[in-house]
Amino acid sequence: MNDLTRRTVMTGLAAAAVSLTAMPRAAVAALTEARARQLIDQVVNDINRVIASGKSETAMYADFEHIFAKYADTAYIAAYALGPDGRRATPAQKKAFSKAFQSYLARKYGKRFREFIGGRLEVRAVRKVKKWYEVKTTAFLRGQAPFEVTFLVSERTGKDKFFNMFVEGVNMLLTERTEIGAMLDARRGNIDAMIEDLRRAG
Amino acid sequence: MKRIALIPERILSAFAVLSVGLLSACAAPTPGAQTSGAVFDPYEETNRKVHAFNVALDKAFVRSASKGYTTIVPDPMLDSVSSFADNLSMPTAFVNSLLQGNLKQAGTAGLRFVLNSTIGFAGLADPSTDFGIPPVDTDFGETLAVWGFGEGAFVMLPVYGPSTTRDTIGIVTDLFTNPLTFAPQRPVKNLGIYTWALDQLGKRGRYSDVVDSILYDSADSYAQLRTIYLQNRRFELGQSDAAAEIDPYALDTEGF
Repeated sequence: MNDLTRRTVMTGLAAAAVSLTAMPRAAVAALTEARARQLIDQVVNDINRVIASGKSETAMYADFEHIFAKYADTAYIAAYALGPDGRRATPAQKKAFSKAFQSYLARKYGKRFREFIGGRLEVRAVRKVKKWYEVKTTAFLRGQAPFEVTFLVSERTGKDKFFNMFVEGVNMLLTERTEIGAMLDARRGNIDAMIEDLRRAG
Repeated sequence: MKRIALIPERILSAFAVLSVGLLSACAAPTPGAQTSGAVFDPYEETNRKVHAFNVALDKAFVRSASKGYTTIVPDPMLDSVSSFADNLSMPTAFVNSLLQGNLKQAGTAGLRFVLNSTIGFAGLADPSTDFGIPPVDTDFGETLAVWGFGEGAFVMLPVYGPSTTRDTIGIVTDLFTNPLTFAPQRPVKNLGIYTWALDQLGKRGRYSDVVDSILYDSADSYAQLRTIYLQNRRFELGQSDAAAEIDPYALDTEGF
């Protein structure tokens, strides 16, 4: 009797322990609207903090690159931008391109963040699209009519990351793929030469 | 008798050929099959020449003029020019909203025009926005889209910039049918066009960083302008669900 009760209690405890460890994992496993929203909130807060820091422009670019590396699915963004040409790239070229492309994005879009001084981004709506989430925000910038900025968030890598951004319907990935394609054309398809150019561009 | 009858027939057939030409120009590619990034640019060679001319014009005149203009003229005055230009476009927006069957938007455009033209100092101020009345931005290009005409080919217009076959027809139609042109009393002929041009100059100056980065910092400014224009226009017309198009799980990212 005693034994039985003890066993029941032990089993119950064990089950509770299992469910305790399993539950948070189940909650973590699937990306939710709330988490997609949270990620973008964090990105926006970090960007605003950099802008408010009043650092030099070069220092800000480094900070933006850090934010990008932290919150963006950088492997996917680089692979998409290089497009079908990525298939003939060597592993070393892929790595070099990824790195150069990240800095290029930080410089190019970092310059534009100057326009964000005194402005703000507000998360407006989150919706599920297939396996990923779309986070719609409205940008309020000084002296401009409010406009729409949309982020796409997935957990492809196992962590919540944003993998694309639209400004008034203009797709960052697609626009950058066009640009990288043009840079490759200018170098007659030479990937190494294009990476060299990319280090100076933006 | 026979000869007289022939003439209208010829004109008619000429019109028929013309309209068939226009329609087929608008028809390709099929609207349903279009993705947000697709580009149909059969006139690329000519378009690139026009683009080179536009860039040269910008370099030689527009860029520096716009910088001077926006440096000298304070922001509130630039806002006034924008409000004035917007207000002059409201009668056209009103007519196009009606043609699109959008009565609510037509009402908004009409209300905006009446309010801003009166208590908004002939449109120099924008009290409508202060009252929470949403902005209206439409044109005959959008009307054609609502009527089911396809986007047509990408077209680079001299001075004006990127457009499509459909939007070019829209621009020309709006230009010649602006209700203000038929107003009994107008202070200046073509006031709308001058105001529009001045507003564009102000915008070129205000957003010079963005415009410069597209025109002068990109590897192929024509390709950049083309993709940005088409994506943005399709977004405005609500014709693409871009978020659903690219699947991050369907790409090999090994090594990046």
